[in-house]
Amino acid sequence: MTHRGSRVLHVGSLARVEGEGALHLTVDGGTVSGAELRIYEPPRFFEAFLRGRSYTEPPDITARVCGICPVAYQMSACRALEDACGVTVDGQRAALRRLLYCGEWIESQVLHIYLLHAPDFLGVDGAVELARTQRAHVERGLRIKQAGNAILEQLGGRAIHPVNVRLGGFHRAPTCGELKPLAERLRRARDDAWETVRWVAGFDFPDAGLDHALLALAEPGRYAIDSGTPTVMAAPGSCGVSAGTPASLPIRQFPVYAFSDETTEHQVPYSTALQATLGGERYLTGAMARFAISGRWLSPLAQEAAREGGLGDPLAGAVCRNPFRSIVVRAVEALYAIDEALRIIDAYEPPDRPYVDVRPRAGTGHGATEAPRGLLYHRYTLDADGIVTAATLVPPTSQNQGAMEEDLRRLVQDRLDAGEQDTDAELTALCERGIRNHDPCISCSAHFLDLTVDHVRRSPPCP
Amino acid sequence: MRPQPVPYDGGARPTLAVFKLASCDGCQLTLLDCEDQLLAVAGRLDISHFLEASSAVRPGPYDLALVEGSVTTPADAERVREIRSAARFLVTIGACATAGGIQALRNFADVEEFRATVYARPDYIATLTTSTPVSAHVPVDFELRGCPIDRGQLLEVITAFLAGRKPDVPNHSVCFACKRRGTVCVTVAHGTPCLGPVTHAGCGAICPAYGRGCYGCFGPSASVNLPALIPLLRRDGMSDDDVRRALRTYNAASFAEVEGAPS
Repeated sequence: MTHRGSRVLHVGSLARVEGEGALHLTVDGGTVSGAELRIYEPPRFFEAFLRGRSYTEPPDITARVCGICPVAYQMSACRALEDACGVTVDGQRAALRRLLYCGEWIESQVLHIYLLHAPDFLGVDGAVELARTQRAHVERGLRIKQAGNAILEQLGGRAIHPVNVRLGGFHRAPTCGELKPLAERLRRARDDAWETVRWVAGFDFPDAGLDHALLALAEPGRYAIDSGTPTVMAAPGSCGVSAGTPASLPIRQFPVYAFSDETTEHQVPYSTALQATLGGERYLTGAMARFAISGRWLSPLAQEAAREGGLGDPLAGAVCRNPFRSIVVRAVEALYAIDEALRIIDAYEPPDRPYVDVRPRAGTGHGATEAPRGLLYHRYTLDADGIVTAATLVPPTSQNQGAMEEDLRRLVQDRLDAGEQDTDAELTALCERGIRNHDPCISCSAHFLDLTVDHVRRSPPCP
Repeated sequence: MRPQPVPYDGGARPTLAVFKLASCDGCQLTLLDCEDQLLAVAGRLDISHFLEASSAVRPGPYDLALVEGSVTTPADAERVREIRSAARFLVTIGACATAGGIQALRNFADVEEFRATVYARPDYIATLTTSTPVSAHVPVDFELRGCPIDRGQLLEVITAFLAGRKPDVPNHSVCFACKRRGTVCVTVAHGTPCLGPVTHAGCGAICPAYGRGCYGCFGPSASVNLPALIPLLRRDGMSDDDVRRALRTYNAASFAEVEGAPS
């Protein structure tokens, strides 16, 4: 087999991602000339059928975009609609929202770590196979995941598409007696999350670096989850710093309402998901971006875990740019979410009313929150009766598509440049890992992911 | 006549396959959310095709196939036939696979206009003008309702399959579940509009327990009397448009077939 010759790689389907799509790589004389992440999601047209619905409906309706991160959709929708109506939710009602979101973070990050990502590092097909030899690890993961789901079920009514969220707050606020029993389970989960950080930090990480700009919400004093200002950390290439640097780089911020001006969504022929760029450049949102931008606001316990997990000192501006290590960042985030949930439960006092009134008015509102996979932006325009006349949803995976494609191009190119004699299966497996590093939620927009590598057949050069 | 479910005979484990069409992933995630039972289920069934959980994919035929999602593209219309031919016992899981899901709102609209609203280049997008349940394309052995399905009901379907019996999934309304749960009726006590009287039970009557009316995410129950319910909804403050929208959301296509549904 020669890498100058031609070959076509085809993998029928990529497993252990949420949703399905395809990847198309073109290798032309030893150079990766194209990398396309093809998303075949049958379009579901949320932005079209949201028009004509009442302003109270998008939190429940948009939850149905994604069964993995429905709370993220509910929270971004609430923020955008409350912005349109000139209402701010604060105090214990806001704390409860953050608690619900922590439940989703715990459940979703641990799902990715244990069931989707860890099998890559351990050479097994999935968590069920892993449980045959390392059952205690899998059981620990399921225990933490269950603790996250317990928050969602107690506060939201159910883990998938919770029913208790409404504009202005909640339909019903829990009593102290309902929340406190969660604390004991969460304290056990916190120990398990510590073990998780140690476990994944011991994995073998291939060398890789990414040089994308990073985008995450940030707010002083705490790790941004349910609110914050969009914050961009510049790409290393733009500052003369190499891709693998652990250093933080200059940041800038823009208001949420400027999101559509700062980013551009465009359509490519091979995907039903729209792709986004920031100032014309690809960028990455998600756990690695959050850790780089807000790491200093992690709880002391989570910071300690980050140091012990080999991510560096968040207080000194540690940045992780190896996408394979994102599993460690997610483990630290899961630990943080547990820690934060315990803090909120400890400080909880039931609000006087579960929600504040939100009355409709004509106008446009913007909302962004940090879904487990990255920044999720919603925009709604309402008429004076509160009927939605326009809706825009920008999920993290469509923002990350360009960065994921570049990562795949680079992963394969580095192997070719190093003269590695990889088999087709080895290259294919590497690409699948490259995709899973970013935990794409293709179900937000995807249907069938398979991997094709075309090696373009060219006439040999003249001797 | 479809083959009957195969009782677990203590020998080779029955094979399980999970497939996804147009959907949010939430119903197959429900299987992974069975944290206490997941490894036990994996011990009783040979998980042969479950892309979300494992790279190991084995070809059919499968003893039990769970299908999430609705049919919205020409390719999926073909795929669902292939799934059927590979499955001895086919169960649809959730409102999309069972009733077309929320994306069936296109059935009442102009899909060309939808496509042009979301995509700058609508010509890149292949889609059917309708979102239809799996049963509109192939015979289905059992349908599990809900947006999303209930974890306990999913385990009941799997357990019943293994035991070779019919799943115990009652088709009465949410009202029964409220009574059983001891929840005070939100309509009677507070005048809160509620679709519970016409909605299929299965969720555990969560919404009324959280102080809101049922919003119908499990679709219509076995005996539905909309002409009796709609005046109550109007009495409690809903306009005709509100009623129409409430019935046209997560199970739009199945509620639309009920006698007395607003046009």
